Order: sequence, then structure tokens, then C-alpha cells
Amino acid sequence: MTVLDAVAEKPALGRDGRIWRRLGGLAGSVVLTFFGLTIVTFMIGRVIPIDPVVAIIGDRAPPQVYERIRHELALDRPLAVQYEIYLGKVLHGDLGTSVISARPVLEDLARVFPATLELATTATLLGVILGVPLGVFAAASQGRWIDHLVRVIGLVGYSVPVFWLGLVGLLVFYVQLGWVAGPGRLDVAFDGIAPEVTGIVLLDSLIAGEWDVFWNGVQHLMLPASLLGYLSLAYIARMTRSLMLDQLRQEYVTAARVKGASEARVIWRHALGNILVPLITVVALSYAALLEGTILTETVFAWPGIGLYITQSLFNADMNAVLGGTILIGTVFIALNLFTDMLYQLVDPRAR
Amino acid sequence: MMRFGLALFAAAGLALGVAGEVRAATPANTFVMAKNIDDIVSLDPAEGFELSGIEIMANVYDRVMRYDAEDIKKLEGGAVQSWDVSADGKTFTFKVRPNLKFSSGDAMTAEDIAFSLQRSVILNKAPAFILQQLGWDDKNVKDLVKATDANTVSLTIKEDFGTTFVLNALSANLASVVEKKVALEHEKNGDLGNEWLKINSAGTGPYILKSWKANDSVVLEANPYYWKAAPKLPRVVVRHVAEAASQRLLLEKGDIDMARNLTPDMIQALAGNKDLTVSSFPKADTYYLGLNQSFEPLTKPKVREALRWLIDYQGMADTFLKGQFQVQEAFWPAGFPGALTENPFKLDAAKAKQLLAEGGYPNGFEVSLDTPTSSPFPAMAQSIQSTMAQAGVKVNIVSGEQKQVITKYRARQHQIVILYWSPDYQDPHANASTFARNPDKPGAEKASTLASRNNWFMPDLTKEAEDAVRERDPEKRMAMYIDLQKKLQKDSPIINMFQAIEQTVQRKNVTGYISGPNPDTVFFRLITKT
Repeated sequence: MTVLDAVAEKPALGRDGRIWRRLGGLAGSVVLTFFGLTIVTFMIGRVIPIDPVVAIIGDRAPPQVYERIRHELALDRPLAVQYEIYLGKVLHGDLGTSVISARPVLEDLARVFPATLELATTATLLGVILGVPLGVFAAASQGRWIDHLVRVIGLVGYSVPVFWLGLVGLLVFYVQLGWVAGPGRLDVAFDGIAPEVTGIVLLDSLIAGEWDVFWNGVQHLMLPASLLGYLSLAYIARMTRSLMLDQLRQEYVTAARVKGASEARVIWRHALGNILVPLITVVALSYAALLEGTILTETVFAWPGIGLYITQSLFNADMNAVLGGTILIGTVFIALNLFTDMLYQLVDPRAR
Repeated sequence: MMRFGLALFAAAGLALGVAGEVRAATPANTFVMAKNIDDIVSLDPAEGFELSGIEIMANVYDRVMRYDAEDIKKLEGGAVQSWDVSADGKTFTFKVRPNLKFSSGDAMTAEDIAFSLQRSVILNKAPAFILQQLGWDDKNVKDLVKATDANTVSLTIKEDFGTTFVLNALSANLASVVEKKVALEHEKNGDLGNEWLKINSAGTGPYILKSWKANDSVVLEANPYYWKAAPKLPRVVVRHVAEAASQRLLLEKGDIDMARNLTPDMIQALAGNKDLTVSSFPKADTYYLGLNQSFEPLTKPKVREALRWLIDYQGMADTFLKGQFQVQEAFWPAGFPGALTENPFKLDAAKAKQLLAEGGYPNGFEVSLDTPTSSPFPAMAQSIQSTMAQAGVKVNIVSGEQKQVITKYRARQHQIVILYWSPDYQDPHANASTFARNPDKPGAEKASTLASRNNWFMPDLTKEAEDAVRERDPEKRMAMYIDLQKKLQKDSPIINMFQAIEQTVQRKNVTGYISGPNPDTVFFRLITKT
């Protein structure tokens, strides 16, 4: 085969329209997803038994103030009209103003989402770095003590309430041992020193060169991230173990061993290589679950993330904020899907 | 392989250890307090009415009249120094207190005071009714409230009211003095600066609002132009920590100076901790049961009386409410002038059964109790459920988010509801106007008074309450309120049970925190950390 033939055979951009069809399909699914998300959330918001006007003006206001605000919020119009008004604003980039913070929802999200991003990313990294090897060891030494250990870890991770684990963790590692800092993202003394660029404390402090702030941020992040990382690890280790066990039963593994490949090579290069695609899915799902915001962890650790934000907004019937948060999470999910699709391409030659 | 894994764990442990003992102390010049402040919606005094917000505004603004830290029981001039009242009690001439400066450095004048009062009425936000009841509205307020010269403000009210009542209305949060120039500088669409003032301050108070991040924190810094002595601690940080257990851990470790939301059982558990002290402050919040008169059994006076004997007030106050509630069976809190402090009711199931039989329900009846999920309502509800069962009244607890319960209550959809009420200012009318007054007619309900929400129509009592607020003789007036409380205590569909006591727990080096009966009598400026 000549070089020209090889080039001709490789599917390239636009060559057979595949990439355009994929993009078109993607755009279609994005649009559908957003409509579905917003319609359902909008309807739920208008149906829940909490009065959004009371949330804004409180319980004491006289009837004429109530009626006026109700009119201003367009709550006296039909549902479909309200949705149309909302959608119109969103398409212009206006997610509305939040009732509880008196700021544009976009500004609020820019403040709370980085906090969740920081926590979720650290937790998932921990979960992957520790969880995958654990799962592999467990599968490789099936039946022996490490396998049992991994299964117990997994069981504890699923059964013990995260809320309780968080408080006990604070009691032991913060109060008694002093290894980590307490609830909150930073000590009061360090608040405001590093200017906010990304909203992620660790990054902002690095950008500003403030090492004290960075270390303080790490100390505050350690416990909640480890807690969520533990839950992540439990899930990832279990999944890795099952996937690996499945692989190790395959004929090619026996063949490789017979051919003289070292055990390490068989496990880490061959078997693990073959489970990368489902494993990426597992990790992505775990990451996505954390990116939604973990309300209980955020409450215990006073971590002002998107979980607390959306929950608080829901209790106040602040639908602009809830919808804004929902749209953001929807976007994140879609982006994550795209990213994992790209990873599949990289990792699995058959998918190219 | 295995060893690599173990090495990884060991390295992680080492890293944690090497990071070293975490320094845990608050900066010496900052007072750090943990409180649940998710109720704040606006910090504009013409608009904000939530308890946490009012507390902040009380430390950032001066009001026309005030109760100050040095004596929280004494109503005195705040932004005004002295006043004259006309013979008919309708025209007030106030002399402005000299030497007050805003955080911008500019002096406060009569025009700022007049502007602030006008603004609160014109913007017509939730608290506006407090001044509107004086007869002011957006059309007449600029004529009735004006600065007659740089040092004098003249107010004319259109109704007949006792002088103390008017002065108390002028001590409410919406009578805070806002800098006219700054407010108008930031005006948008004729909002008189509302959008900007929601999250910024322009006051003469001891602190300036540096930042408010919803569900995160409020930061205050000392106002260099404050007219009294500068605050002892130049910086105050209020950290939003929703979980009481987290507040406790932060306090034990010294990462905060004071925790505001610890529960009685936590406080008891901390009794032996030598680094902490506990303070108690009586509050004006009254906790009550609302009996909807649209539900048949509750319309019988004997039934209502019976229910009053089926609540274990003291039992609750001695156990799970210990230290944070006291029994107060009248609608005006103990400690205030005009409060009725007799508590005749206690748990007596036999008497209640008798009364129920006389009322036509010898075997009791079934009823639902709408209960917010926030502490201490569920515990109170459960206690009430068990004591009412002793006479055959079967209570079904319906839990909901506080705002959900309020929504249902406003729609008059409840049978019995358990809630609390906090007076807007320190005059008995603040509570009488809502417990003892219903200006509505049946079928045409518009008002939000608590009497109205329970479908209680009582024109005679309503007239009594309206007469009381107009009575100009102070002693006669107080006697009228005692009389009203006695009548309501016996028979009204609203059963007042408790009055709140706030307990704060702080590091032992913290002194000077003053907390009066209302959220606007909480003062930070005298706090020191020795």
C-alpha cells in the first residue's frame, strides 16, 4: 500500500460528512435536553406549595404589596406565557435575578459553582488514584484479605450516611488531631487576600502567589474532599474490581500467561487496558454526581457550593435560581459526555 | 505492586502529618460569629425585614429613635436629639443630633432624615406599613415629613395615636437614616437607590457593610466617622454555618468566637468546657398555636379552653427547650411594659376531658397540626401530640418547610398550626395589631393579621385594640393592653405558649456582646476579646 492509499483510507473531516452528522445530532440532543430540563423544572417550580412572593416580601406585607410583587413577577399570567417570558430572557443570556441574594443568577452561579468544581474534582481525583489500584489489587488477589478489605470499604461507603461521616471526621481530624482545618473554604484571616479570578481558591492563590492562602485552602479542602473521595473510591474500586474480574477470566489472559508475560504486565497492560472504556464511563458518572453539588457535605462543611444554592433556592421558591442552576448542571453533563466521547476515541482504537 | 500501594498510603499519611498542626484562632482584631443567615433577602432598611438582616442593619445605620446598647430598655433619640409634640399629638418637631457623619465622611442633616422616611413609605416594600399606619402614603409623605431647616425635621401624622407608639414606630428598622446623596447617586429607574442599598450601606452607624455573600458571609468594617466611641473590634465577620454541629466544632477549636445556633442539648454537653461561656438573652419572639375557626370542633369555646389544658408548657420548658424558652401565655412578651405575666394554664388532662365533654366532644376528635421542620417545632409538636392524646384529641403532625407552612397558613388551609411571631417594634400595638385585631369581614379576607388567618372575626376586640393604640395616657394605655391579653388568654383561637430566650456560646475571652429583645437591639460595637 502506498502512502496515498493509506491517507485515502483514513476517514477525515468532512470526507464522508460523518463529522457534520455527528455535530448535528449533538446539537439536536442539546436543544432537546434543555427544553426538557427547563420545562419540567419550570412546571415543578410553579406547582410546589411554597409562595415565591412571600419568599421575597415576607409574611408581614400588606395585601397591596403582595399583589404588586405578584404582578411584577408575572405570576398572575398563564403558565405557558410565564415560560415563554423566561425562555426569551435566557436566550438573551439573562438568567434573571435571585430572590435570596438580590444578584443576577449568573453572578451567583459564577460564585458557587467553582466551589463545587474544586471539591468534586479533588474528590474524583482521589477516588481514581486510590480506587482504581485498589480495585485492581482486589481482583488480582480475589478471595484474599485485600479483596475483603475493598469490599468492606465499599460497603461502608454505601451504607454510612455522609452527613454522619462528615461530622465524625471533623471531630476526629479537626478538633482532636488538628490535622485539617474546620468548616469553610478559608480561615477568616485569609479571606479576600488572593483576588478572585477563577473562584477556585487553590488556583486563585497560586495565581496570586499567596502560599499561605494556598496551604490554608488545602487544609480546608482536605477533609470534605477526602470524604467525597472516599465515597467515590468505594464506587470506583467496586466497579474496577468487577470489570477486572471479568477480564481476568478471559482466554487471552490465560494465553498471555502461558506465553510467559509477567503477572504485572498481564494485569496492568492487558486487562486494565481493556476495561478503560467502561471505567471512563464509571469515573465520569461519579464525577458528574459530585458536580451536581453535594448538599449534605456542603452543609456540614459550610462549603458554599451549588448544592446549597439550589436547595436554599428551592425552599424559597426562587425559581430563577433553581432554573439557572439546573441549566448549568445540564450544560456540565453535556460537556462531560462530549469529553468522555473524546477519551473513548483516544483510548480505544476500535472506536476511531 | 502491593508494596507500591502501601507506599502510596503511607506517603499520604506522612503528607498530612507534615502539613503540621493547623493553626486555629481568629484574628485579634476581628469578631467572628457563626450563625444561620440564609434568611437575609435585602440589606436596604426600607426593604429588609428578616431577622438576620435587621441585626446587620442595626449595626450599620442609626435610626430616628432607638434603643441603644447602653440601655436596651430606654427609648431615646437616635438621629434626633430632642423633640416637641403639638397639643393634639399630631405634629412632631425633631431637632437633629449634631455631629453625625455618614461612612462617606459627609455630615448627616435633616434632609437625610426626611428623605429616609419618605423613601421607606414611597418604595412601599414589606415593612412600609409600619410608617403607613401613621397616615402617610407616597402622595402625601413629602408634605407631611419634611426638613424645615438643616437641623429640624417636622412630621405630621394623620391618625390619633399615643406619642410613645409613634416614637416606637420611628425606632423600627425602616426609620434608619440613609445618606440621600449616595442613595440617589446609585439610583436606577426611580428606585431611590434600592438595588444598590440591598448589598451596600450608606449609614452613620458604627460599622460599614463591606460585603454580603448570600449563604456565605457578611463582613462589616468600622466606620471611621462614627459619632460615638469607635467599635472596639474594627472588623466583624458573620459566617453562615447552617449546621449547628459544625458551629459547635468550630467554636470548640477556636475558629470562631461565638456560635449563635447551638441547641439546648449541645449547650448542656459543653457545660464542662472551660474555654467557653454561655449567655442568655430574653427575646420577644412568641410561640403559639393557631386554631383555624373554619374547623368545626375548634369553634367551640369549651374545646378551645380544653386544648389550653392539654399542653405541657413547663414540662417542655424544663426538658428539651431548657434554657432557650420560658412559658409566656400572653401575646406580649414578659419584660416589656404592658405584658401580662400570669400563666394560669398547665397540663391537666382530667379537666380537659371535662371541658371537651361540655363542648360536645366527649371522645375527643382528630385534627391536623402543621409544623415547620426547623427546630424546635417538631419536638414541640410531638409533645403536644402526646399530651392532647391524653384526652382523646388525636393530633396528626403535617411537616413542611417553614415557607411552605406559612403559605398554607396564609391561604387559611390549616386546622392547627404551630409558629412564632416577632414584633416589629417595642410597642404592644406591634402584637395587639395582629393577635387582637381583624379588620376583615367574613368572606372578604384581605388582611394578614394572625386573627384573620385563623378566621377569627371579633369586631369588639378589634375596636378595643384600635382604641388602645390611640389612647394618649400611657398608664391607661398599658391597662388596656393587660385587659386585652387577659381576654385573649382565656378564649382566643391563638394559644400563646412560649417566649424565646437566645443562648449564645462564646470563647471565654469574648465580652461586651449585647442582645436585646428584638433583632435590632443586637450590638457588636462593644465586643472585646481580652
